[in-house]
Amino acid sequence: MISFDAVSKTYAQGGGRAALDGVALSVAAGEVFGVIGASGAGKSTLIRLINGLETPSAGTVRVDGDDVAALDVDGLRDLRRRVGMIFQHFNLLSSKTVAGNVAFPLKLAGMPREAVKRRTAELLDRVGLSELAGRYPAQLSGGQKQRVGVARALATGPKVLLCDEATSALDPETTEQILELISGLNRELGLTIVLITHEMDVVRRVCDRVAVLEAGKVVEIGAVEDVFLHPQSPTARRFVREVDGPLGGEPGEGAAVDGRLVRLTFRGDATYRPILGAVARETGVDYSILGGRIHRLRDTPYGQLTLSLTGGDVAAAIARLTAEGVRVDLLDGGAAR
Amino acid sequence: MNALLVNIDWAEIGRATLDTLAMLGGAMALTVVLGLPLGVILFLTGPGQMLRNRVANGALSLAVNILRSVPFVILLIVMIPLTVALVGTSLGVAGAIPPLVVGAAPFFARLVETALREVDKGVIEASFAMGARRRQVVLGALLPEAMPGIIAAATVTAIALVSYTAMAGVVGAGGLGDLAIRFGYQRFQTDVMVVTVVLLLILVQALQMIGEAVVRKVSHR
Ligand SMILES: Nc1ncnc2c1ncn2[C@@H]1O[C@H](COP(=O)(O)OP(=O)(O)OP(=O)(O)O)[C@@H](O)[C@H]1O
Ligand SMILES: [Mg+2]
Repeated sequence: MISFDAVSKTYAQGGGRAALDGVALSVAAGEVFGVIGASGAGKSTLIRLINGLETPSAGTVRVDGDDVAALDVDGLRDLRRRVGMIFQHFNLLSSKTVAGNVAFPLKLAGMPREAVKRRTAELLDRVGLSELAGRYPAQLSGGQKQRVGVARALATGPKVLLCDEATSALDPETTEQILELISGLNRELGLTIVLITHEMDVVRRVCDRVAVLEAGKVVEIGAVEDVFLHPQSPTARRFVREVDGPLGGEPGEGAAVDGRLVRLTFRGDATYRPILGAVARETGVDYSILGGRIHRLRDTPYGQLTLSLTGGDVAAAIARLTAEGVRVDLLDGGAAR
Repeated sequence: MNALLVNIDWAEIGRATLDTLAMLGGAMALTVVLGLPLGVILFLTGPGQMLRNRVANGALSLAVNILRSVPFVILLIVMIPLTVALVGTSLGVAGAIPPLVVGAAPFFARLVETALREVDKGVIEASFAMGARRRQVVLGALLPEAMPGIIAAATVTAIALVSYTAMAGVVGAGGLGDLAIRFGYQRFQTDVMVVTVVLLLILVQALQMIGEAVVRKVSHR
């Protein structure tokens, strides 16, 4: 649905520094794709290239079959009706009512009055704001404003929804509701969603895949589970630690321990099965727990433990755990798995 | 009471008031018609805006600044040939309107430009992201969003025009200012002076109140 091919962007006023540098990625239709990065990493630049609010300095951005930079004015307008966008600060028209804001893109597209009315009512119903149709944005809470933003973005029936820090200005509870609304759109309408954030928690809740952006470069990209459980780049590790806290028991951290230092990762059902105790009994290995956590990635529970294994047949224990579907990483060197 | 207002010719005052209102109304209408587009163009050609154009913006800005730096009394006098060419006379209400407009339109245009700059850039960007054409962005988003500021600008301009009309009295424009100068100042008829000033004050006060009420009505921030 969306692909970036060696895309770079240097702003005229950017002092020669590239805001994006050789970005390559692709987003499949129906996917919820996250982009995470620190402030100034180039996230907004990336998302704005998708609907042509910015043009790349090099490389190509293709969306729904079109090379965005090659589109003429009308082609770009047409693309923008197929790609909705919501914003951190909502960007609603303060001079128009809730209904007026939602109707705006329809009027821009030249839809007849009656049809605009019907469609607006339908959209407000979808986001649960029918009651507030006549209010002005200044009379709404942040969450309500973002719902208007979502209804407005959906007005022209887009295939893609771009979310630029759509929940960053909201409190945790409202964030939850808006994320729920967004994933609902993905599930029910099959909308492809590109979601930008600086919070790993948002990625964990709704995204299928994620790209980690650092100073204009994609430093890591993959399924959310993989990036979460086995982050490869220091940036990704830092983001994971921000939401999960340190796992604990990493080498070089705290008191020296005897035995082999391993990290076990349980996913799905394995998280709740009493695997560890059984394996320890069978192989005569003793374990001490140095750190751990249990969390959920969307609907999948996962657990991670850092252990030190002593006595017994450590190699057999590792083999048994692996056979049970537990991923074992050796933290003190040696061959993993 | 009547002894205090011995010099007052109420019919004359009434005529002068109507002249002032006619000058104000005519000049204000033309000021908006010319100044609003000028302000929009000043804004749109500015740095980082939709139609950014350094040459056009620089030239317009310079023209506006020149007109704004000429004292209105001087403008009244140097405009006389142009005024005669435009409306056939430099006297009376008709003769006053061209210099009033030339004095007020650049002022109004600058205020409009400032009001447009106050509009949240995010809203403009969102409009483009929804597939709006430039014209639709200006008419459908930019101007409605700036409307409270534009109304406030129009109020300030109308009030400035009231004092300009009084000055226009100097070159024979008629109106309350003319009355104040001819009778109140030149013939020491203090009562005439006081009555005209009070009427001008009421006019200014009324404009301010109307302006504020309209701003309140159109502002939903
Ligand atoms: N219009 C612009 N002109 C010049 N430089 C820009 C412009 N927009 C962004 N930049 C620069 O490009 C870099 C990336 O900016 P971008 O807005 O994409 O970052 P971001 O990841 O969205 O950050 P944030 O989380 O703060 O929104 C930054 O260094 C920024 O200063
Ligand atoms: Mg940003």
